[in-house]
Amino acid sequence: MAKTVVSFTLNGSPVDVLVEPRELLIHTLREKLATTGPHIGCDTSHCGACTVDLDGLSVKACTVLTVQCDGAEMLTIEGFAKAGALHPLQEGFSQEHGLQCGFCTPGMITRAYRLLQENPSPTEADIRFWMAGNLCRCTGYQNIVKSIQYAAAKMRGETVATSHPVLAE
Amino acid sequence: MIPRPFEYHAPSALPDVIALLDKYGDEAKLLAGGHSLLPMMKLRFAGPAHVIDLRKVASLKGIALEGGEIRIGAMTTENELIFSALVAEHVPLLVEAARQIADPQVRYKGTIGGDISHGDPGNDHPAVMLALDAAFVLAGAGGERVVQAADFFLGTFETAMAPGEVMTQIRIPVPGPGTGAAYAKLKRKTGDYATAAAAVVLRMKDGTCAAARIGLTNVGPTALNAHDAAQALLGTAVDEAAIAQAAAKAMAICEPAADLRGDEEYKTAMAGQMVERALRLALSRVK
Ligand SMILES: Cc1cc2nc3c(=O)[nH]c(=O)nc-3n(C[C@H](O)[C@H](O)[C@H](O)COP(=O)(O)OP(=O)(O)OC[C@H]3O[C@@H](n4cnc5c(N)ncnc54)[C@H](O)[C@@H]3O)c2cc1C
Ligand code: FES
Ligand code: FES
Repeated sequence: MAKTVVSFTLNGSPVDVLVEPRELLIHTLREKLATTGPHIGCDTSHCGACTVDLDGLSVKACTVLTVQCDGAEMLTIEGFAKAGALHPLQEGFSQEHGLQCGFCTPGMITRAYRLLQENPSPTEADIRFWMAGNLCRCTGYQNIVKSIQYAAAKMRGETVATSHPVLAE
Repeated sequence: MIPRPFEYHAPSALPDVIALLDKYGDEAKLLAGGHSLLPMMKLRFAGPAHVIDLRKVASLKGIALEGGEIRIGAMTTENELIFSALVAEHVPLLVEAARQIADPQVRYKGTIGGDISHGDPGNDHPAVMLALDAAFVLAGAGGERVVQAADFFLGTFETAMAPGEVMTQIRIPVPGPGTGAAYAKLKRKTGDYATAAAAVVLRMKDGTCAAARIGLTNVGPTALNAHDAAQALLGTAVDEAAIAQAAAKAMAICEPAADLRGDEEYKTAMAGQMVERALRLALSRVK
């Protein structure tokens, strides 16, 4: 099948890639654009490890064709830290122990970013409902909720401190 | 998992979509949100030679109140329904149902038109459309026609949509005063299809039921229109006895397929429970 050039903006930089129509976005990102933050967990649209932000929507890159992204603005975990400084979400996940193995984390943070854009002050119930497309096999989610609450507070300009008993000392 | 090779088309006007469908016939598949079609293509359960993406067709988007109906463009996503003040005000049942579909990421992509057109008995919108007495606008080379939800779902992956047609709009009559509605869905976890679910719309007048519609999800080859169950409520106060009778009549038409969610008997019993739950909730919401 004839290949086509697809152009989009990835973490602020313009990219052009040559793809077959059947190529999934996750493969283009990981194999052609050296963007391996989005992970392949299930490959069946269930786990959210492959989540990227596409034109202001959280989507599963294993269930989007690259040809559908022509002209899009895309954000992956690679685009979060600026000039060596962690994004409040990255800081929150670190301060609140929001990860163990880290496999789900790029998807978690990228999804949480869009959630906080839409709702800067989510309740715990809001966080649990709107993060339900991301699975984590390690943490039990409690610290992920805390990490997002930490980031939300920081992004609202409030003073934040870790709730972790050892780190807090 | 990678789909079979295909040619990709992304026209920006509806007539071009229809012309492509005409040209490629059953070699072509429309792509909406892609969250039923792409998984099937990845598993090679579907292998269209031509994929016609609807994402650029602006006329298939949008939600409006017109002529006493809420009219929803087929390409409107689940999250757009959930975030719509107009839908929340006039058809809150749709928000309640959309919130129970899949997970947040799927809801950013999945469309109401795709959910209805797919013809999957596990999808949630079909039963909701039956309960709301919705109608669907279908456009093809021969023009446009409007089909009632009650006449649309024919079998698993089988609908009244003719080859070459596109669903363009969903029309929902705004429920009048005295109406209450609810969607009760039993699922094992977020992102799961229903073990059983029931959509109910009730209209009460002077303390008795003047109109009722009930749709059932995933307990038959299509969404089921539980007509007899709804009829049994008419003229009653929708008290516990009437609710039990309606649930029994709904269970009588269930023919679920056994799978990991349960056997026939369990799913049928759960359909009865969902009808009872939805009826109680709908009654409490009558205003
Ligand atoms: C993990 C996961 C969980 C899910 N859970 C649920 C759930 O709980 N409940 C539920 O209801 N759904 C669920 N789904 C399915 C999801 O809601 C799909 O998005 C939906 O079924 C199809 O809509 P779509 O826009 O993605 O359509 P697509 O996948 O793009 O298309 C589906 C079919 O409809 C046809 N089609 C699409 N639009 C039109 C149109 N306008 N006119 C004519 N034909 C059209 C296509 O050709 C295709 O055959 C789930 C999906 C996933 C991946
Ligand atoms: S890899 Fe995409 S959802 Fe799991
Ligand atoms: S930290 Fe291991 S899967 Fe989430």
